[in-house]
Amino acid sequence: MAKLELTRNRFIKNILVNRYPQLAVFIVMLVGYIFAILAGLIGTPVGSHNFSIVFVWIAWWAILILVAVPFFGRGWCAVCPIPLPGEWIQRGAVLAPPDKKAKWLNLRVPRMFRNIWLQNISFLLLALFSSVLLTTPNITGMVLAGMLFGAIGLSMIFERRAFCRYLCPVGGFIGIYAQTAPLELRIKDKQVCASCVGKPCYNGSSAGYGCPWDVFPGGLTKNTYCGLCMECIRTCPHDNIAVNVRPFSVDLAKPSSRIDEAFKAFIMLGSAMIYACVLLGPWGILKDAAYNVGTATWFIYVVAFLATIFGILPGFFTLGLLQKKSSLPLKHRFASLSTALIPLGLMFWVAFSLSFVMTNASYIMAALSDPLGLGWNLLGTANMAWQPMLTTLLAPAQTLALVGGLIWSTRTAQKAANEVNVSSLPVIGYCFAVTVFMMWLLL
Amino acid sequence: MKRSELVARIVISTGVLFTIGAPIYMWTRTPLIHAHMSEEGGWTPDILKANVGEPLQLHFTSDDVMHGFAIGQLDMKAVYIEPGKVTDVSLTFDKPGVYTFFCTRWCGVNHWRMRGTIEVTGDSSASEDASVKIPLYVSLGLDIDAPHKSPAVPEMQPSAIRGKELVNNLNLDRLVVPESYKSTSPYQIFQQLDPASLSDSEKWDLVAYLWQTSSTPESIANGKKLYGQNCAACHGENGAGDGVFADDIAAAGEASMQSMSGAMDSMMRAPADFTDPKRMLSASPAVLQGKILRGGMGTGMPMWGSIFTEEQIWDLVSYLYSFQFEYEK
Repeated sequence: MAKLELTRNRFIKNILVNRYPQLAVFIVMLVGYIFAILAGLIGTPVGSHNFSIVFVWIAWWAILILVAVPFFGRGWCAVCPIPLPGEWIQRGAVLAPPDKKAKWLNLRVPRMFRNIWLQNISFLLLALFSSVLLTTPNITGMVLAGMLFGAIGLSMIFERRAFCRYLCPVGGFIGIYAQTAPLELRIKDKQVCASCVGKPCYNGSSAGYGCPWDVFPGGLTKNTYCGLCMECIRTCPHDNIAVNVRPFSVDLAKPSSRIDEAFKAFIMLGSAMIYACVLLGPWGILKDAAYNVGTATWFIYVVAFLATIFGILPGFFTLGLLQKKSSLPLKHRFASLSTALIPLGLMFWVAFSLSFVMTNASYIMAALSDPLGLGWNLLGTANMAWQPMLTTLLAPAQTLALVGGLIWSTRTAQKAANEVNVSSLPVIGYCFAVTVFMMWLLL
Repeated sequence: MKRSELVARIVISTGVLFTIGAPIYMWTRTPLIHAHMSEEGGWTPDILKANVGEPLQLHFTSDDVMHGFAIGQLDMKAVYIEPGKVTDVSLTFDKPGVYTFFCTRWCGVNHWRMRGTIEVTGDSSASEDASVKIPLYVSLGLDIDAPHKSPAVPEMQPSAIRGKELVNNLNLDRLVVPESYKSTSPYQIFQQLDPASLSDSEKWDLVAYLWQTSSTPESIANGKKLYGQNCAACHGENGAGDGVFADDIAAAGEASMQSMSGAMDSMMRAPADFTDPKRMLSASPAVLQGKILRGGMGTGMPMWGSIFTEEQIWDLVSYLYSFQFEYEK
């Protein structure tokens, strides 16, 4: 299937280039985000009736994992409000073209941090506290506020969007899963970029800012680090940037060799399985251990969580790789073939999310009507009873997601194995085993 | 600064300030009474004020589990307080005084501690009985904390049905309920019973008959209802001291003893077992009324004097003896 260049359409292009439509979306998102923080801090402590919990962990998560990431890749990053105040402060402007002189420290992020290990750590930190975070509004409010102020602080110290690129706990997995999405931003002609003077897409110009994600669009081959902010479309003097619709999973044909990205795939795969055990499983002892932060049982849970993600899952994966001889270094094979876990992990998260989103979606209307739990009934739906939705479709949908994910990862494993000239069988076997385990957990 | 930049900044600032300011304003203008499990603070606030004859509008919300709200000694239907939702209650008092409100749902092991007061001031619009009634156990000078154990217990459960047949068969014209019934234990009545020709079992059956005839079926039924709502959580549905919170109460008592060496008398004990004949057959109704009215003073038994009316307490006492005696349905 050929690519379809959306930006050929004048209307779409104008919408993307013009700053006002984006600003309007930004303002709505920012206001909603601030309201979520406030609701978390002053609203009812009952999570199922608090806007912050219901909108962040049910509504937003459902949109993110079921729609935004699979179909739009980093589409969420394009409208995310978290970096906005910091970026505006960093630039000293909302709409005005950039000044030549930096207003703050404008430091380059140290080389040792220019990877996604910090994002891996920040995601794991949230994951380890997730039972409390997902159910306690004031904790959610504080975490949301912390991310907002963290992004502001980093914007005043470092250049561009250091928070999004290197620290955001969500941005890391959105990045690796965005490779599967049927949407991309790419250059049209490499030669144009090669001969372009000044590289305004990276360095900025009077038309706009240099890439906030610290990416040179001319070298883009994957969606992983492109935040779809559209700044390069504005600054490119040669109209050489396009937004395309493409087949799913195109980026995965060229597997990554980065170990931080490989471990991100394991972190996401393992987290989905552990969440399915803890949040959806029948084991009360696990729920207690995950919820009672700071207790001995919680520390055991933490050790088990980390051992699963950094030991058991990659350990068995490596054992599988060692079954077949190859002249390639193990590290290279490990990183390349872990690409197969990306579609599988995404589908694990889809299957897991379907479960709790369908179970809890009925809280959304009640929370909209009385977002702070103050007895309001703005939409007349405040007393809407909790009711699991589409329960008969849940198991078939989850089965479809898991089986589809297995087929998808099998195909990806074959391509990745071909690229590095090794056998795909151990990886396919591994994917099959973890899929069966996930099916047992969910179904 | 360009006009577009200025407008953008104004719009953003206004939006942010409104988003922060409006909810905080509304929040401060909505005084809620928060219900938490006792371990987390109970009612907040727990002291309310009202004026006689003026409606008191209350807005309750629960911050954890389902609670209930009712006011002691008033004929009001309890309302539920659901987590995260607001329940509105309007009350009008016609007499000044201090009223106790309490949680009516078994919300946790310390559920019974979840109480507050409403201080009502103003002139009474209702006829008032100014006299203070002294509880029976006080007027009798009973020590309700003194250990009591019946020296003799029946071999089988005493039956008011068999007792009634005995009365008819023996041509006992009338077996008079003693005047002092409320201050006398079943064992004391058992000892006083004549004729001596009766077996112990028959005497106990007569005691059971006496106890049933000293109360009404309505009283026992009301006592059963009150017991189910307020007592069964600790004492158990069948009165065996094995309610859902019994183990937790016993464990809490043992834990508290670790820092209170030697103070075993004031230890929070496991709930009383009403199926134990030694305990119950040696307890007079006045003793049981006193324990319910005043509470167990450190044993974990709450004080119900401000919650139940005197009549309700006697109903409960009547029902408690049904754990010992088989009554005619």
